Amino acid sequence: MTEPVLSVRNLRVAFAGRRGTLTAIDDVSFDIARGEILGVVGESGAGKSVTGSAVIGLIDPPGGIVGGQILLKGERIDTLSPDAMRRIRGRRIGMIFQDPLTSLNPLYRVGRQIVETVRTHTDLSEKAARQRAIDLLAEVGIPAPERRIDGYPHEFSGGMRQRVVIALALAAEPELIIADEPTTALDVSVQAQIIALLKRLGTERGTSVMLVTHDMGVIAEAADRVAVMYSGRIAEIGPVRDVVQNPLHPYAKGLMGAIPTLAQETDRLAQIPGSMPRLSNIPQGCAFHPRCPSAFARCLVERPDPIPVGAHRVACHLYDRSEASAA
Amino acid sequence: MIAFILQRLLQSVAVLFAVGLIAFSMFRFAGDPVNQIVGVDTPYAERVAIRKDLGLDDAVAVQFLRYAGNVVRGEFGTSYQFRQPVSALLAERMPATLELALCATLFALTVGILMGVYCALRRETWLAKIFLAISLVGISLPTFLIGILLIFLFSVTLGWLPSFGRGDTVRLGWWTTGFLTGSGLRALILPSVTLGLFQMTLIMRLVRAEMLEVLRTDYIRFARARGLTTRSIHLGHALKNTLVPVITIAGLQLGSVIAFSIITETVFQWPGMGLLFVQAVQNVDIPIMAAYLLLVAAIFVVINLVVDVLYTIVDPRLRLSTGRAA
Repeated sequence: MTEPVLSVRNLRVAFAGRRGTLTAIDDVSFDIARGEILGVVGESGAGKSVTGSAVIGLIDPPGGIVGGQILLKGERIDTLSPDAMRRIRGRRIGMIFQDPLTSLNPLYRVGRQIVETVRTHTDLSEKAARQRAIDLLAEVGIPAPERRIDGYPHEFSGGMRQRVVIALALAAEPELIIADEPTTALDVSVQAQIIALLKRLGTERGTSVMLVTHDMGVIAEAADRVAVMYSGRIAEIGPVRDVVQNPLHPYAKGLMGAIPTLAQETDRLAQIPGSMPRLSNIPQGCAFHPRCPSAFARCLVERPDPIPVGAHRVACHLYDRSEASAA
Repeated sequence: MIAFILQRLLQSVAVLFAVGLIAFSMFRFAGDPVNQIVGVDTPYAERVAIRKDLGLDDAVAVQFLRYAGNVVRGEFGTSYQFRQPVSALLAERMPATLELALCATLFALTVGILMGVYCALRRETWLAKIFLAISLVGISLPTFLIGILLIFLFSVTLGWLPSFGRGDTVRLGWWTTGFLTGSGLRALILPSVTLGLFQMTLIMRLVRAEMLEVLRTDYIRFARARGLTTRSIHLGHALKNTLVPVITIAGLQLGSVIAFSIITETVFQWPGMGLLFVQAVQNVDIPIMAAYLLLVAAIFVVINLVVDVLYTIVDPRLRLSTGRAA
């Protein structure tokens, strides 16, 4: 097996607040292979976006990485100087944000924004960079790119703007793209196009994608593997079909059960009782135990570590063999 | 664009008409101009004759319409105190005021924007906090007091800079300039700082607040995620977006710099239009007062128009759709 493009090891991210430190990401580990799309799902505040920001080095003070390692092709990037990290951003790791309407500077033509990015990271001349910008716009499916390159962001529709944003993220051919809710602000029909575009990047360019979303439909359609996050930790991670069809962690089960289907007609939509704890008030033991239907004594005191179960890794005491045999 | 400018020009005429009307109805309370013209022992009959001669017997509306008619023909009347055409008096004083206003505005813009950007980018430093404290002083102290304090410090105590007047000027056609002589430039420093200080602190605080706002936006975050240099993010992307609202305020402030120069010119005995106006008020010289007010109104109107046009140049979203939109 080849070396993963991204390898996150025991990552911890904390925010210093007036009333002590809040741990937003606690002991998170995962790998992303070349050309692979890793979906990251969870409720709001589960730490999905913070994980993405940590990887690209964009966590603003008072927050910061307080533990663990982030490796890009085997080399540590979480300890780099700000300027060295800046060179990696855009060059080796690209990022796409949720709202294409606000991601582009309204006062600059889109071409200028792409050219600027290309020229920051490569030695291309102004002319060559402009040609590259046109090629990029064509690649992400913008019609008549040689004309649209001189348009301003407000002259593009939402879906087209997200394509421009993706073109910008691709400008210097990064190995990894972090897509933070890239389809949330778009129409469903446009969503499908953007997902198809992201998938094509993996197959044609070998670009890896970390796809952060709360939309299980998007994950099921786009991702190869999926990590389910809860309260700053990964509850379950595994191949997307397995996790969707046969979730192991009680939270993942609840999450998948909450997806309404047309096949079964129900009067009431399934939901997980309660809500995710606040960062300042994470319960002892497993953070999910107050909402968990299968919680037992151990869950109240001991934090479960991820255990491999088949192709999954699950952070749940239910799957601890020693516990199962003892019980 | 041309239709837009024409429409604005038509509105401007209406504004000027209104300003003239209001000004004229207020002049009646300024005093009796005849008293200023004649001596103490002038007989009553002569006073009546002068009053009739100046047309002051007619109703205010008649006087105003007569004045408006003259203005349209380019005649602003004759000053009661100087017995000279008002237009010549104003033209003679205008270079001094415009040069002062220009220097004050340049000072306010450059120093204000530099300090504002610094305060936004290095928010936590001591220097930024000192700048903010200074800006409080600039905003709260009245102009005349600042002028007197500056004169006290730099002219009286240190003796570095002149305390009044324009210094030596050079005549270029009808324009007199203080830019070409050392004493003229030195004389400009204190009045410009006095006049521009309020605008400078205003611009500085505005730039700081706007820039902090802009730095929080998604496109700045996205620019950072693309690995652009801090320099190009701050001084390119962020500053350009910051300046959009600053242009409006700065433009409108330029108008008030010219209008407020009355106080500064009085403190520094600066031979400009403001000083002329103050003297005209003291002597109830209605033609000068009317012409000055119209001129200031016209300057405001023109500046507003320029600001609107500048706005569309800076912000492409305000440009009229050219059919390229998706």
